[in-house]
Amino acid sequence: MTMHPILAALRKHKAGVVLISLQIALTLAIVCNAVFIIGQRVERVNRPTGLDENDLFLVTQQWVGAPSGDDPAGVEKLDVMQREDLAALRNLPDVASVAPSNSVPLLNSSWTGSLSLKPGAQLGSKGGTRTAYYFTDEQALTTLGLHLVTGRAFNAGDVQHQGARDQRDRPVVIVTKALADKLFPQGNAVGKVIYSDGSTAPSTIIGVVERLQIPSTGSWGNAFTWYSTLVPTRLDSSYARYVVRAKPGRRDAAMRAVPAALYAVNPMRVLDDDESVKSFADIRASAYRADVGMAILMGVVCLILLCVTAAGIVGLTSFWVGQRHRQIGVRRALGARKVDILHYFQIENLLIAGAGVVLGVLLAVGLNTWLMTHYEMTRIPLPYVMTGVLAMLVLGQLAVFVPARRASNVPPVTATRAV
Amino acid sequence: MFAYYFDLGLRSLRRNPALTALMVMAIGFGVAASMITYSVFRAVSGNPIPDKSARLYIPQIDGWGPQQNSKGEPADALNYIDAMALMRAHRATRQTFLYGVSMSVLPEGSQSLPVAANGYAVYGDFFPMFEVPFLYGRSWGAAEDDSRAAVVVLSEEFNQKLFGGANSVGREITLDGHDYRVVGVARHWDPKPRFFALFNGSGFQDPTDFYLPFTRAMDVQVNPSGNSCRGHMNFAGWNDWLQSNCVWVTPWVELDSASDVSAYRRFLEDYAADQQRAGRFAWAPNVRLRDVAQWLDYQQVVPAESRISLIVALGFFAICLINTIGLLLAKFLRRAGEIGVRRALGASRREIYAQYLIEAATVGLAGGVFGLLLTAVGICGVSLLFNPEIARLAHLDLSLVGLTLTVAVFATMAAAFYPAWRAAQVQPAWQLKAN
Repeated sequence: MTMHPILAALRKHKAGVVLISLQIALTLAIVCNAVFIIGQRVERVNRPTGLDENDLFLVTQQWVGAPSGDDPAGVEKLDVMQREDLAALRNLPDVASVAPSNSVPLLNSSWTGSLSLKPGAQLGSKGGTRTAYYFTDEQALTTLGLHLVTGRAFNAGDVQHQGARDQRDRPVVIVTKALADKLFPQGNAVGKVIYSDGSTAPSTIIGVVERLQIPSTGSWGNAFTWYSTLVPTRLDSSYARYVVRAKPGRRDAAMRAVPAALYAVNPMRVLDDDESVKSFADIRASAYRADVGMAILMGVVCLILLCVTAAGIVGLTSFWVGQRHRQIGVRRALGARKVDILHYFQIENLLIAGAGVVLGVLLAVGLNTWLMTHYEMTRIPLPYVMTGVLAMLVLGQLAVFVPARRASNVPPVTATRAV
Repeated sequence: MFAYYFDLGLRSLRRNPALTALMVMAIGFGVAASMITYSVFRAVSGNPIPDKSARLYIPQIDGWGPQQNSKGEPADALNYIDAMALMRAHRATRQTFLYGVSMSVLPEGSQSLPVAANGYAVYGDFFPMFEVPFLYGRSWGAAEDDSRAAVVVLSEEFNQKLFGGANSVGREITLDGHDYRVVGVARHWDPKPRFFALFNGSGFQDPTDFYLPFTRAMDVQVNPSGNSCRGHMNFAGWNDWLQSNCVWVTPWVELDSASDVSAYRRFLEDYAADQQRAGRFAWAPNVRLRDVAQWLDYQQVVPAESRISLIVALGFFAICLINTIGLLLAKFLRRAGEIGVRRALGASRREIYAQYLIEAATVGLAGGVFGLLLTAVGICGVSLLFNPEIARLAHLDLSLVGLTLTVAVFATMAAAFYPAWRAAQVQPAWQLKAN
């Protein structure tokens, strides 16, 4: 079949052709970018924190009338209170292990600083890097479920304590593999010395863990998402956080038992019903709520958009079929087979959709560029665009099939009737 | 004629049910998506204090220097030394320095367990500056600030929680183990976004429970709920920390005229220059003075999700409208014969044009009603997309209902301009001949 009659016919329906190809172009632009956003968000949400997240929960509490922690006596008093709490939690029947910690991944409450290979170096100096600290104790690795790659874990002798506003030397630390590789590209970080926050006191790396995300999920933390440092120090203030690993499958029972156990130690404290004892699953859900929501919204928009576009093609093609009823009859009477008529409409759609996707690719890249300049977005990869192009062409063919088949069923005798 | 055309329009809705349903659904989905995302955007981008936003300014002084600050911008809050210097200089009509606190509360004579409460340590000027309305009692004044009085102002909601809504002025509450006398209860006041305390908060947190004097909070060493420090931290304890470069105080000044603003800006620059001369800052003065609108913009209070979803929804609506143009074209031109007869019987092009525009308006109205239903459903689902503190701001009110219907009708009529024009161009003679 030659293209000429199809092109000639299209010239008679300029408005409809322009409308369908414009719609296909815009749909392609939006769907490509939306699917790309979904892909990015899903990837972000699915990245592992490095923790064994099952059976894990976090207790956040605040003592009432506790010492301020700004004098040595107050710090000692607070430390006693914290150790009492830890002992009470560790004694619970459903609890496997407990570690104090100033934060956990995805909690968005962080203590960040800088590490350097030289003493007294400021942030931003060469060879240094940003990091987020986890202040915890010797049960940290088992409680968090971290995987030690080399070196050793903290032991009870490593653990110190300090007031939350005090500064203390950090003789030993454990860092993540990503951080170790950044500081010591030639490997073998264990035993090496680093300096934290511009201090002149050395810290020795005693162990390297496979992976541990920083608490922040915000964009400001993107540059050091995997650069965490574990410090064997209990922070003493009127606030305390305890990370608790329940025995397998006993998380909910352990969570229910926590308030009573802590109140039994000391009732003068604030424990909110829903905020103070939070499962890690809930922490994860609230950290990624916006990402999941965005993915769902984009998914729904794409789905409806594809349906609307397909319906639009069906509607307009049906109209053309109705308009050309008589011409189709004439063609059939002159010897065209049913399949010729079917192909005519399919090729016509392919031409229109083809023009649409060419424009659509330009629009998709344009929209992506605009998003890149205004929001944190990366360049859309070619496979996304190519898949989108293919999807739009297939969608067009599927949508055109029903009206085209109806057209192919127009009997030749129509040619002899007046309308 | 309008009523007649409207009636014709309603009739023709029934004529091609499939085509009509398609258009109604396309418009409904398009308008609903736009309205749902707009309702959130409207909630987060509003002006929290419209009548004074241009007179309230937040001074910023760079105490970190080019090595430590973020992209050359001064920190989002002041350190204690700079805040106190501005406080003592008192160069504005009114001024307040504030920071967010989280404290435990024991109601007076209560045997129950303590509860957590969030509040702000502020100066007495805070209340008239931000136009906080009072239900009972009054705010405290400069005298109480100076005497470091143990007084507190409760929010209406917190007064409800602690005292069952009774007039609690003169009664005592215990915050973190210290007693405070209630001097006032603020009437419900919760500006969204909470422009005055964006440091360490999204601007959409839970309502505030109480306000206590900044000076008193210093005396009893109430920790701020967030602070940010730079460089090597070699301090130990409260007093060292106050002298450090840690920022946590949000300053606000009220400046009545443009000349006051430039005078204050000059004052800030002179202050920073003095600090440089004194050797405290090793960098040239780097100060900012932003009003409420500029501050909200700089702090990017409107979440990126809200903007992106609004843009996507509008694009979606545009596609739905293009779809509608095509379908209206099909619907109208299918009736070319009918139009030919009407034209032959004396109807002018103008009348045909009006008839089809009104017919499109009825389609738009039907789409609007459908869109309204979808919007109502969608607003319940907003919590899936945004975090709860923002999602609860979105609601379906009368103005949104009106807007939904208006947008649907007018957008559909705009989409109908071309199809109706084509309908009006139908040649009566040609149509009659074909028949």
